[in-house]
Amino acid sequence: MTDTRELSNDAPILDVRNLVMHYRTEKGDVSAIEDVSFSLKAGESFGLVGESGCGKTSVAMALLQLQAENAGFEGGEILLNGKDLLLMGPSEMRSHRWNDISMVFQGAMNAWNPVHKVGAQIKEAMDLHVKPQLSHSESRERIGQLFEMVGLDPKMMDRYPHEFSGGMRQRAVIAMALSCDPQIIIADEPTTALDVIVQDQILSELKKIQRDLGMSILYISHDIAVIAEVTDRMGVMYAGKMVETGPTIDIFHNPKHPYAFLLLSSTPSITGPRRKLAPLEGEPPNLLDPPDGCRFHPRCPFVTDQCRTEEPPLADIGAGHKVACWNWESVPPLSEGLRK
Amino acid sequence: MTDVQAPAKPLVKVEGLTKLFPIGSGRFRAPDAHLHAVDGINFEIASGESLGLVGESGCGKSTTGRMLVRLMDPTEGSILLQDGDEMLDIAAIGKRDMLRFRRRVQMIFQDPFESLNPRRTVYDTVAEPLTVQRVGTVRERELRVARLLDLVGLAPADTFMFRYPHELSGGQRQRVAIARALVLDPTFVVADEPTSMLDVSIRISIMDLMLSLAEEFGVSYLYITHDLAVARYMCDRIAVMYLGKIVEITSTEELLSNPLHPYTKALLSAVPVPDPAYKRPDVLIKGGIAKAINPPPVCRFVDRCPMATDFCRTHDHPPLEEKSSQHFVACHLVESSAG
Repeated sequence: MTDTRELSNDAPILDVRNLVMHYRTEKGDVSAIEDVSFSLKAGESFGLVGESGCGKTSVAMALLQLQAENAGFEGGEILLNGKDLLLMGPSEMRSHRWNDISMVFQGAMNAWNPVHKVGAQIKEAMDLHVKPQLSHSESRERIGQLFEMVGLDPKMMDRYPHEFSGGMRQRAVIAMALSCDPQIIIADEPTTALDVIVQDQILSELKKIQRDLGMSILYISHDIAVIAEVTDRMGVMYAGKMVETGPTIDIFHNPKHPYAFLLLSSTPSITGPRRKLAPLEGEPPNLLDPPDGCRFHPRCPFVTDQCRTEEPPLADIGAGHKVACWNWESVPPLSEGLRK
Repeated sequence: MTDVQAPAKPLVKVEGLTKLFPIGSGRFRAPDAHLHAVDGINFEIASGESLGLVGESGCGKSTTGRMLVRLMDPTEGSILLQDGDEMLDIAAIGKRDMLRFRRRVQMIFQDPFESLNPRRTVYDTVAEPLTVQRVGTVRERELRVARLLDLVGLAPADTFMFRYPHELSGGQRQRVAIARALVLDPTFVVADEPTSMLDVSIRISIMDLMLSLAEEFGVSYLYITHDLAVARYMCDRIAVMYLGKIVEITSTEELLSNPLHPYTKALLSAVPVPDPAYKRPDVLIKGGIAKAINPPPVCRFVDRCPMATDFCRTHDHPPLEEKSSQHFVACHLVESSAG
């Protein structure tokens, strides 16, 4: 699945290949992740975008091996520096979690325990993961550095979460994610609950830290404008499938999957001409019983008979841009398209 | 008071609207201070117009909306609503006139998962205002509800009427909330972030629905949102709020192309744009929004303003003035070019 262009460059530090994960429920299997592949190179930022229930947070949880108990992997591999996380035991996984791959959780409001000081909660994570363990004063010094890095006053480490504003809590969550110096950070909706001005500050902070430390960041968001700003490459997910992936600029300027195309056409913007936006009709499918063929076909304006029975593969259409659609060539340029 | 006028005869005219929340008060204790959630705002909404109210969380936009539908009583000020030939003062309405007022003004809430009663069917929810107002016979109410459900895209109506909220998706629930708000044929609807809980793909169809219903019913909206791109899509004019004050109000395109207040400029430059090739200007203001607890008598924005001068630090909060044609700004530093 990995194309030759990617292999000829430096090898990815994270390589997800044909991942399949189902949730087992009383009503049957929910096919949450179905044959999803993507990779992340050192220093790169990759965005996963899609609507609620499309599987993007399931992917994040699978990468940390923190998936729900009823989740089962049916196939594929998650290679972190060449080693498959799915084959690791719990203790081996624990040595990678937070040290190599950490996470900025969604909803900073709820990510903290209200009865412990913020610094103590970060120290707890470091005590569990940093080997050899740091002394008390060493960890305080480290937390102070982390706070400065994310734009917080080091004195704040002795405060409780309720004394932090929303933006400050999110900064502290980022400090915690950085505490063990990981190679990869997963940022799951890092700014969703925040106001735009604070969002701007947090995103610039993340970009700066990424540049300074040479980390890779996997951004997960439903907000395509945020993905446009912070990522180099991206993937669009729909109903558990990766439907389009490639350089962010190519997907935004030349989306070829009808879903990506409609998502972009239905996003209002404060720039450009004021225009009528094309709505996306219908609702996402129930993943207990996904539609046959292409999962998007019931809502697709470009649907043909083939789409109803045969599932389209994610195929390269040039320059690392891949699309899972039989009729991608009928998708018009974004500037004309279905816009009225 | 500055005269903030909308074109033509106003449907809603808000003057000196204020809401103070006491802090630290108890049954036998006077408040230590007041939070100035909304502080003497003026605006008008013309018939058929939709006015966007934008700002960060805590700026007082939802409090304003709640006062306009009288879910909250104003501390001071008047809200005049045109009702036939009379102007009804919403702020002073007593229990007796409340029923009449509710026929004219309705609200759509943010969260369709919480705003619908889980134990009531779609029919019960949408028909309730008709029952309360004793409109028509049971048969007429049924027809009215069916027509509304059709109009909001829950068709065929009889397949939705007797469903419960848990059987509906978020978008469908918001459609039910819209049907309920419009069932009495109101002239004015306050919509508080009606699409912010919905997925992008559903969002546009709900916004389009609200726009087409506005035309069909001749409804005016006060559309409260934190998202300027959404406000642009929905609204004819936009008012920007900061810590209880309206700092700028003008037509949507004028606001976006020619923002004059430093806060509006900062807000606009912080909105991410869905185009990786677009480079936003730097956001010049720092820090987060504070709380207006007994605010000092200076411009509310002075601490974060990149342009603040000594004049701003020593003079009262600037009034909202017409700086160019139909463009009102509350800033000492913006020169007036209006005649």
